Amino acid sequence: MADVKLTNVSKSFGDTAAVHAMDMTIPDGAFVVLLGPTGAGKTTTLRLIAGLETLDQGEISIGGRVVNTETPAQRDIAMVFQQYSLYPHLTVRQNLEFPLKSPILNTPKDEIARKVEEVAEVLQITRKLDNKATELSGGEMQRVSIGRALVREPQVYLMDEPLSSLDAKLRTDLRVELKRIQMTLGATILYVTHDQIEAMTMATHVGVLNDGKLVQFGTPREIYENPNSVYVASRLGQPRINILPADIFGTAPKNAHHIGLRPEHVQQGEGRAARIDRVERLGDHTRLHLHLDGHDIITLADPHAGYTAGNELQIAPRDPLCFDARGDRIY
Amino acid sequence: MSSFSATAPSARSKWFAGTLVILYALITMIPLAWIMLTGFKSPADAISYPPKVFFEPTLEGYVNLFTTRTRQTDDFLAANPPQTWYEEIVRQYDMVIAGPSKFGERFLNSVIIGFGSTFLSIFLGTLAAYAFSRFKIPLADDLLFFILSTRMMPPIAVAIPIFLMYRQLGLSDTHLGMILLYTAVNISLAVWLLKGFIDEIPREYEEAALIDGYTRFQAFYKVVLPQAATGIASTAIFCLIFAWNEYAFAVLLTSGTAQTAPPFIPTIIGVGGLDWPAVAAGATIFLLPVMIFTVALRKHLLRGITFGAVRK
Ligand SMILES: Nc1ncnc2c1ncn2[C@@H]1O[C@H](COP(=O)(O)OP(=O)(O)OP(=O)(O)O)[C@@H](O)[C@H]1O
Ligand SMILES: [Mg+2]
Repeated sequence: MADVKLTNVSKSFGDTAAVHAMDMTIPDGAFVVLLGPTGAGKTTTLRLIAGLETLDQGEISIGGRVVNTETPAQRDIAMVFQQYSLYPHLTVRQNLEFPLKSPILNTPKDEIARKVEEVAEVLQITRKLDNKATELSGGEMQRVSIGRALVREPQVYLMDEPLSSLDAKLRTDLRVELKRIQMTLGATILYVTHDQIEAMTMATHVGVLNDGKLVQFGTPREIYENPNSVYVASRLGQPRINILPADIFGTAPKNAHHIGLRPEHVQQGEGRAARIDRVERLGDHTRLHLHLDGHDIITLADPHAGYTAGNELQIAPRDPLCFDARGDRIY
Repeated sequence: MSSFSATAPSARSKWFAGTLVILYALITMIPLAWIMLTGFKSPADAISYPPKVFFEPTLEGYVNLFTTRTRQTDDFLAANPPQTWYEEIVRQYDMVIAGPSKFGERFLNSVIIGFGSTFLSIFLGTLAAYAFSRFKIPLADDLLFFILSTRMMPPIAVAIPIFLMYRQLGLSDTHLGMILLYTAVNISLAVWLLKGFIDEIPREYEEAALIDGYTRFQAFYKVVLPQAATGIASTAIFCLIFAWNEYAFAVLLTSGTAQTAPPFIPTIIGVGGLDWPAVAAGATIFLLPVMIFTVALRKHLLRGITFGAVRK
């Protein structure tokens, strides 16, 4: 396993700067999750590291070796594509064997069989091993394409939304499984997802992308508790952070233009009276949709307390995050 | 399934489509059937008017196709009674078999030149089409148009220059010359058709193979080629049909060693003029290879292009 280092990496397609002057270090054995809205450059970043796109500028090194001019095969990485691309003319088993049979690995027969069985087991596709790749459901295809990465032990795994079309149970199973594999192998994984829970539970580090730029990189906790902009603060946390005018609860904190309040930082029982618009009972917790001076505020509440829509509730901020006019964090 | 489906054709439209197809097949097959029947007629039956649909079949046409015959004196014929069934057929006309005809050789020439040029067209065409489909080639559009433009005039328009060129180069009446010529004509079609098929194959497959540890050529060979099989098969059939049936250049450029079957068959002369049953027999045999080739590749043609394993 190895670390990956991007230095001042850029890639444009015509006028679109898909990745712009990106610096990022993925430590050896880290599980890095890339977050960002659609079009932010997540896939392009993975493709650059994989060697499927050539850099416009900058340098990429894997395990201390500059790989700018190396072919994808030489870089020794495994990738799960966003458009999972199984070889349609092969069976599931042949798909899983394909990387092991490459001239670079040239794995012995019995080892191939063992690996394939093992991975099929983990991904719960043993029964489908002899199906044609085209005779699978979307979720099964996705698992096979994860499997094609897992049969190998590359320097780095790149995974582009690998669990996106699985049902909730399978998703949870595989999340745990991927995390276990990463821990036991000490694998370096760069992982793209839009899923909050995946990001928070699996990541050792989170990188937030915006318009091709890496805007913040840190542990999930850092990103959650200490975002450096409104943009980053809004990417993590479910329900989303409440962004409100700085003076909504009276005098504004110094220099602040907006304050950010995580739902759990809305204190109840004192302060200003907000109207309860809607009560969402989700079982283990309850969400309150509040209304204050034309702003919607979401907060969490005790599932046993009796709230009724239309009533009023007193709220006050606790440890707000303060942002300036450009959306940058000041304190 | 009897349940209602919005996309499955109704029984009535199926019946209608089926009838149309059968009708069309019958109409196109009548000339073929006529040729095959004529091959088994006697020369008199072949030219009788009104045409005979029911007749006494004979292998005379096939015997005449494969042999050369000479007329003999009555003494000779009496002294040498016929040994085989085909000698007996020939004896009706007071003739004996002098030796094999050139049909076998000509047919073999057709096979060598037809399949040789088809293989070469497909081989070069696939590589070129792959390059045009996947790589940034300067002036790619112009090059593709240039390649297509070779098809804009009838090939025979350049017959004279090619004739002169081939004489200079010593390619006249050689297998190599004919293979090159038919390849040159077919390659534009091959490149265009195959480029269309390869464009349809998502790049992700090759990219996955590149990452899985294969070189680009290996990825091409192991991933692109199997998926282009449908396209390659249909393109090969088109190329073979052209090279197999080509007549004008064959007449012009070949006369002996490399002569193909099409210019040879009509020259089969029988008693008192063209030997129609022999010509028909030659045509029948000549049809077989393309038919067998097409039937052999039928599976690929019908399978269609299914790219079910990519999520778009
Ligand atoms: N091959 C390409 N040609 C032209 N533009 C491209 C190409 N690939 C990506 N882009 C552009 O680069 C930008 C980043 O694309 P990218 O695929 O990296 O986004 P993403 O973050 O993966 O988005 P998503 O979450 O939707 O997958 C987009 O604006 C996209 O239109
Ligand atoms: Mg993407």
